[in-house]
Amino acid sequence: MVVKPLTGNYAVAWAVKLAKVKVIAAYPITPQTTIVEKLSEFAERGLLDAKVIRVDSEFSALAATWGAAAGGVRAFTATSSHGLLYMHEVVWWVAGSRIPLVMAIVTRTIGPPWNIWTDHSDIMDQRDTGWIIMMAEHNQEVLDSVIQLYRITEDPRVYLPGIVGLDAFILSHTTEPVDIPPQELVDSYLPPRRQPYVMTIKEPLIMGNIPADLKWNMKMRWDIHASLIRAKEVIEEADREWYKLTGRSYGGLIECYKCDDAKTYIIGMGAWVGDMRDAVDRLRDEGYDVGLIKVRFIRPFPDDKIASVVKNAKLCIVFDRSISAGSAGPLFLDVASHIHRYGINVPVVNVLAGLTGLDVTSNEIAYVVKKIYDSFEKGELRNNIVWYFGGDELWW
Amino acid sequence: MVVAIKTLPKEKYFLPGSAACPGCPEAMGLRYVGMALGKKAIIVVPAGCTSVIQGLAPGCAVNLPVLNVPFASADAVASGLAAAKEIIGEDAVIVVWAGDGATADIGFGPLSGAAERNDNIVHICVDNEAYMNTGIQRSSLTPYGAWTTTTWTGKKEAKKELPLIMIAHKVPYVATASIGYPTDFIQKLRKAASIKGFKYIHLHAPCPTGWRFDPSKTVEMARLAVETGMWILFEAEKGKVRISPFSKPYVDKSKRKPIEQYLRLQGRFRGITKEDIKILERMVDEAWEILLKLT
Repeated sequence: MVVKPLTGNYAVAWAVKLAKVKVIAAYPITPQTTIVEKLSEFAERGLLDAKVIRVDSEFSALAATWGAAAGGVRAFTATSSHGLLYMHEVVWWVAGSRIPLVMAIVTRTIGPPWNIWTDHSDIMDQRDTGWIIMMAEHNQEVLDSVIQLYRITEDPRVYLPGIVGLDAFILSHTTEPVDIPPQELVDSYLPPRRQPYVMTIKEPLIMGNIPADLKWNMKMRWDIHASLIRAKEVIEEADREWYKLTGRSYGGLIECYKCDDAKTYIIGMGAWVGDMRDAVDRLRDEGYDVGLIKVRFIRPFPDDKIASVVKNAKLCIVFDRSISAGSAGPLFLDVASHIHRYGINVPVVNVLAGLTGLDVTSNEIAYVVKKIYDSFEKGELRNNIVWYFGGDELWW
Repeated sequence: MVVAIKTLPKEKYFLPGSAACPGCPEAMGLRYVGMALGKKAIIVVPAGCTSVIQGLAPGCAVNLPVLNVPFASADAVASGLAAAKEIIGEDAVIVVWAGDGATADIGFGPLSGAAERNDNIVHICVDNEAYMNTGIQRSSLTPYGAWTTTTWTGKKEAKKELPLIMIAHKVPYVATASIGYPTDFIQKLRKAASIKGFKYIHLHAPCPTGWRFDPSKTVEMARLAVETGMWILFEAEKGKVRISPFSKPYVDKSKRKPIEQYLRLQGRFRGITKEDIKILERMVDEAWEILLKLT
C-alpha cells in the first residue's frame, strides 16, 4: 500500500488509472479541470494506456465517452456545474441505452452570477435520469468509490452508468493522505469490462429507434428503475468486498455515526458530513441525543436503510445543499416521503444551508441543530423548512 | 477508381418496409451506403428523417448496426466509437448519417470539433435543405428564395457553404455528391473509407415532400441541380479541389441549363420573383468562381 498526499481530483485520476480506463473524453471547467490534466499526463507519460479525446464541449465529452463505451471499452468523463447542464441531454441517453460508464462530478454552484464554489444543485439536477449517483465525504472515499462504481455499473444485475460526486475545492483541491491500492488488488476486485451489448460490425444491432409499442418503452423505464433498486445489493456487496481487500468500508448505501442510542438524526451527504461528525461529537458532549446518517447514494435512494434507522426517532434534521425552488431541498423530499411510505411518523425538518458555496462550519451546524432541537422541544417549531445563512441568521 | 453497377453487392442493406415517404432520397442514400461499405459500416444517426425512416423497433429497415443519438451529438459519439474500435482492433467504418440541420446548425460545434481533431470517421450530410422531419422548417442550408413553413415569403439568406467550411478545417477528404449520381457517391464513399482521419461528404438529396415536387422525380431533380450548376460535384483531397466528372461540363457556364428549369418543378419556389432568380443566378456564378480558385 502506498499513501500519497492527493487532492480529491487527483484521487479521481488515480482511480481511473487503476480501473484501466481505455477512453477519456473531457472538456475543461473549474473545478474539474485538474482531473483531466492529471489523466492526460498519465496517458502522455505512458503510465495509462488510454486514448484521451480533447473534445469541443461537455456535450461532446459525454457523447464521446458514451460512444466509446458503446463500442466496447471502459470509458470515463468528468465535469461540473454548467458543463453538466450542457451535457444533460446525453446524460439521459447514456442511461436509456444501458451502457455502463463512470463520470465524476465536482459539484459546483450554477449561475448566474458566476460562482465556482460548491453546492449540490448540479448533481441533484440529474436525479431522474436513471444513473447511479453517490457523493463522497473525503478523498479516500473518492478514490475507492470510482473503482467501486466501475464494478457496480458493469454488473449484469445493474448495467447503468454511475456518477461519483465530490464537493468543489473542499475535496477537489484539498490535499489529504490517500492510500493508493496496488494494481493487483484492483485487478482482483474489478472484473474485465462487461456490458449488455457492443456496437460492432459483427451484428446489425439497432439502438434507439422508435418503438412500435409504447408499453415496451414504458417497461424500459420500469426496467431502469428495477435495476436501480437491484443495484442496492450490488452496492452493499461492492462495499463488503472492498472492505475485505482494503479494510475500508463506507457502509454501502448509508453510513451511520453514533446512531445506536440516538433519538435525533442529522441527515446529510457530501464533504460537510465530516463537519457534521464534529457537530455530533460536540452536541453529544452537551447532552443532546443526536446521531448522524450520511447518505452516500442518492440513487438508488436508500429508503429502507434510512427508515430502519429512524423508525423510533423523535426528530430528523435533513441538511440540503441545494433547493428545488418552490418546494424544498431534494434530499429532504426523498427522506420525508420515503419514511412516510414505511409508515414512520417522525417530524422531519429541512435545513437549506451552504448553497452557492457559503461556508458552513461544524460549530454552525451544531448551532442550527440546537436551535431546531430546542424550539421543537418547546413546541415552538414554526416551519419545517429553514434557511440558514451562517452566523445566527436563521430564517424560518 | 470507377464503380461499375454490375460489380456492386447484391446484398440488401436497406430493407423493404421502411417508413420513408414515396420518392425519399434518404432511403436511396442509405441503400448506396450499404452498397459502398457493406458490412464494415456502423451508422450513427442523430435526430432527423432517418430516425423515422429506419422503421419501428424491434424491427429496422437498415440492415447495418445503427446507433441512434441526440440531435447535436453524432460526431462526438462517432469519435468515441472510432476510438473504441481502434483500441479493440475492429476494422469498422464509423459513418455519421446526419441531415442538414444536424450537420450545419445544431450539430455544427461537435462536427467542427471532430474535424479539427481529425477523428477517424466519415460524416455524410444528407442535405434535403430544410428540417423535413419536423415539417419543412428552414435550416442554414435552405437555399435563398425557398418557401418553408418558417419562411412563408421565401428565405432571405443564402445557403451556408458547408463543404468549403469543411475544407477550411484542413481535413484529408471533403466531397460533394448527389442522390442522382449513385456511382459517383459510392466511389467517393469508398475512397473516404480508405483514408484515415476525418472525411466529409455532402450528399444533395431533393425531398419531394418538402420541396413540393412529384415523388417520381427525385433523381431527375437531383440531376437538374447538377446540370443547372446549382449543385457542384467535386472532391477535395488535402484542400485541393477537383471537379468531378459529372459536373465537369458545367465549368463552362454556357453548358449549364437555366436555373428556372430546376426551380419551376418545385412548389417551394412557386412565388419566386424574377429579381430573386437573378440573385440566385449570381450566387451560382460566385460559387463556381470560388470553387475553381481552389482547383
